[in-house]
Amino acid sequence: MPSITKPVAVHPSLRRNEVGLTVRDYEGSMSTLCAGCGHDSITAALIRAIWELAIPPHMIAKISGIGCSSKTPTYFVSGGHGFNAAHGRMPPIATGANAANRELTYIGISGDGDSLSIGLGHLCHAIRRNVRILYVIENNGVYGLTKGQFSASADVGSKSKRKEPNHMAPIDPVALGLSLGATFIARSFSGDKDQLVPILKAGMKHSGFALVDVLSPCVTFNDHEGSTKSYLHVRQQARAATETDFVEPTSEILASIGTNGAVHVTMHDGSIVAFKGVPPDYDPRDRERVYAYLHEHQAKGEIVTGLLYIDETAADLHDLSQTPDEALIKLPFEKLCPGSAKLEELQEDFR
Amino acid sequence: MPQSLSEPVVSTPARPAVRVNDFAFKLANVNGTGSASANGLLMQAIFRMGIPVSGKNLFPSNIQGLPTWYEIRVNKDGHTARALDYDLMVAMNGQTYGRDIYEVREGGYLLYDSTWPLDPALRRDDITTLGVPLAQMCNQHFREPRERILMKNIAYAGSLVALLNVDMDIVETLLDEKFAGKKALRESNRRALRLGLDYAKEHFEPLPFRLERMDANRDKILIDGNTATALGCVYAGCTVAAWYPITPSTSVMDAFKDFCEKYRRDPETGRNNYAIIQAEDELAAIGMVIGASWAGARAFTSTAGPGISLMNELLGLAYYTEIPAVVMDIQRVGPSTGMPTRTQQGDLFECAYASHGDTKHILLFPANPHECFEFAVKAFDLAERFQTPVFMMSDLDIGMNDWVVPRLTWDDSYRPDRGRVLSLEEIQQLSHFQRYNNEDENFVAARTLPGVDPKAAYFTRGSGHAKTGAYTEIPDEYQEVVDRLARKHKAAAQFVPAPVITPSPQSPAAIGLITLGGCDQAVREAAALLPEYGVFADVLRVRGFPFDPSVEAFIAEHEVSFVIEQNRDGQLRSLLILETGAPKEKLRPLLIYGGFPLSARHVIEGITSQLGENILAFHH
Repeated sequence: MPSITKPVAVHPSLRRNEVGLTVRDYEGSMSTLCAGCGHDSITAALIRAIWELAIPPHMIAKISGIGCSSKTPTYFVSGGHGFNAAHGRMPPIATGANAANRELTYIGISGDGDSLSIGLGHLCHAIRRNVRILYVIENNGVYGLTKGQFSASADVGSKSKRKEPNHMAPIDPVALGLSLGATFIARSFSGDKDQLVPILKAGMKHSGFALVDVLSPCVTFNDHEGSTKSYLHVRQQARAATETDFVEPTSEILASIGTNGAVHVTMHDGSIVAFKGVPPDYDPRDRERVYAYLHEHQAKGEIVTGLLYIDETAADLHDLSQTPDEALIKLPFEKLCPGSAKLEELQEDFR
Repeated sequence: MPQSLSEPVVSTPARPAVRVNDFAFKLANVNGTGSASANGLLMQAIFRMGIPVSGKNLFPSNIQGLPTWYEIRVNKDGHTARALDYDLMVAMNGQTYGRDIYEVREGGYLLYDSTWPLDPALRRDDITTLGVPLAQMCNQHFREPRERILMKNIAYAGSLVALLNVDMDIVETLLDEKFAGKKALRESNRRALRLGLDYAKEHFEPLPFRLERMDANRDKILIDGNTATALGCVYAGCTVAAWYPITPSTSVMDAFKDFCEKYRRDPETGRNNYAIIQAEDELAAIGMVIGASWAGARAFTSTAGPGISLMNELLGLAYYTEIPAVVMDIQRVGPSTGMPTRTQQGDLFECAYASHGDTKHILLFPANPHECFEFAVKAFDLAERFQTPVFMMSDLDIGMNDWVVPRLTWDDSYRPDRGRVLSLEEIQQLSHFQRYNNEDENFVAARTLPGVDPKAAYFTRGSGHAKTGAYTEIPDEYQEVVDRLARKHKAAAQFVPAPVITPSPQSPAAIGLITLGGCDQAVREAAALLPEYGVFADVLRVRGFPFDPSVEAFIAEHEVSFVIEQNRDGQLRSLLILETGAPKEKLRPLLIYGGFPLSARHVIEGITSQLGENILAFHH
């Protein structure tokens, strides 16, 4: 297969972020996905979000499983280490990496086959451990690389390209996350960059597992009439439950937040997620209400989107493990090895 | 009806010469009745008497109710492999009387609970029966039902103290240590011990085999392999451990946690300089190890055969992407669930070639807890040096039984061999970085860690890749990488622990004995006894895979070599045939794989029966 290279010319007028990089510095290699694939829009939103947060590229770790979605970490932040692991196994790989080096920003990219079928158990347990990671499910309802089988997120009645309907109930990552105690749950649409970018930014700043389910139509296998994951269907049925802004800790906008009763949540590093609009009687910090709202609207066939639930207070993997603030990999060997005198001493217990 | 205390059952009072520090006895118990602490007490007391001793716990996969045995062998010459003939049986389990009685050697002894009449199943004319009314005494002296059951064990231990001449001062000290701060328990144990001891002293003559103090254990410790393995992981500087509970490996992680809490908690901040994650399954456990190693930590998992089966997928990923991973495989009996609490060496194939496609891994074979400690450290060095998974192949016998081994030592000048990991300075001097290019003399390319420098970023992929690290489907580019992996594996032969060769008095002998792991003691004992049968044999114990060149040379030097191992299919023999130039006719399988540790008798019988009339043909 010929490698596809991207032109590297950077227009001098491109804005630079706080670490002096343009948005192009956060790109990766050329996408090999189908033209019009929703995943490429998510990649673009990620690039924008990471650039806006001005994270140095090498402090990003991109980890994925197997599938169309899992190919995308090559398409952004070429200056960050990437790991295209095995099908469904991204969560444990990311968990181990995070345990070893908590100083990186972890971005996990997965799909509905990867996360809701073969790797479902791992997803559940990564949520339970509250591993600090932005976990994006690029959800299109089908297996693309093997040419169009239904995935576990396919809705009942949704038709395949061969006109066969799906009869099995879907696994909804948002409902799943709520039931498992996920601390950050969002749903968005690959075609809605305005909504997606602040969610991705907030997810990267979240002090735990940030589950972002992004409906991302498959133009080749699941964009036809009768599919509930097509561009047309998602656009018609999407209902934004919340509208959010992500505000950096130093920003002037801080002052205007909190007016007109809107909810705002302060993140671990002092940045703020501002919910500009939420339905009356909706509180993204109240799991039960969120659950009821989703239930009510999904029953009507609506696709509820937005940053739906957030809890910044829960303990993450490192809080639970009581590890130091610095990465475990930075600990000098002298701190890890008890030495010969201790060995001599402790063996008295084995006499 | 309980028999009267004044009527001990003693028969056949034969008095042969006294054997000192050379006998074996076996305790047959019911699982979950608290016998382990009584049996352990005896074992530890004998160890402190300075006598070479071994204790083998043959326990069921069960919490309560099934039969369990504990075997203790003392041998002044240091031969402490499992004995198959017992001078004394303590029969405390009615379920197994019929079997247990026939394991006593002719002229041996049986100790039983004479609260009830001697069970017909326990009658044998050629042994001496010693009845101690254990239940009756304990019912008289203890009130709580549970205590009555527990103290019966301590009471029979007391009788054995008298019968075998166990040093009572040592026993008292052990009880003091064990129940320090638990005065009531200490007192119950002391009383129970005295009941058994006084009864035996009053009613029985000392046995014709007995213990006398020696000084063989001055520089020894009594430790199980799983504890020693965990200690090795602490000393190697491992910071991330991920696991899924599975017998018989669970105590590795339990011990690792205990040691970490003691030695890895920052005294100033109280924070843990380690992370232990109990994973959702073994797939996740190895995934976490690979993730942590990719990020730059020393990480390990402990598991058993069924866990390795699940890990196969990601072991191939680590092999192909060249990420270090340390796996402690505490082998048990397979296939499938098999016999979880019985020992075997059945995971050699599974580990040597774990995962689909062309894969080959590095294996280490410790023979005892001392080597578990050393090889655990070695496993991390090799995994990082060769950027690949390394398996330490322990087993249930080594891992869960207490062994008398030389004290562990540590060289404070040791620093981890991190292998080829580029520092920030090294990266800055590069014009560009290619992950699988520029290999060293061991065919290892340099790796970089995330979070260091954007120039060193690369994409780790289990899909086809060229030496640049880029995705490829081009045959030549693919082959170039996997061919280097094969060379890299071969190069590791020089780095795994070299085999241990024990020459026979007539070395070079015509016969070789090749073995591995926990078979060591039984095979060496057999080699020492074989001259009595007219057979002289040199012993080679393999300690690593890929095989050191001296293994092939040993096979070439001997007319025939018996490959002695604990599995049905002769897995080590097959590996030798596959991975050396040895002709298979020269390698004869000698396989004991029913689940209990190997005995010298197994080896001697196996060899003499295979050689048959040809024994003389192998004389020089």
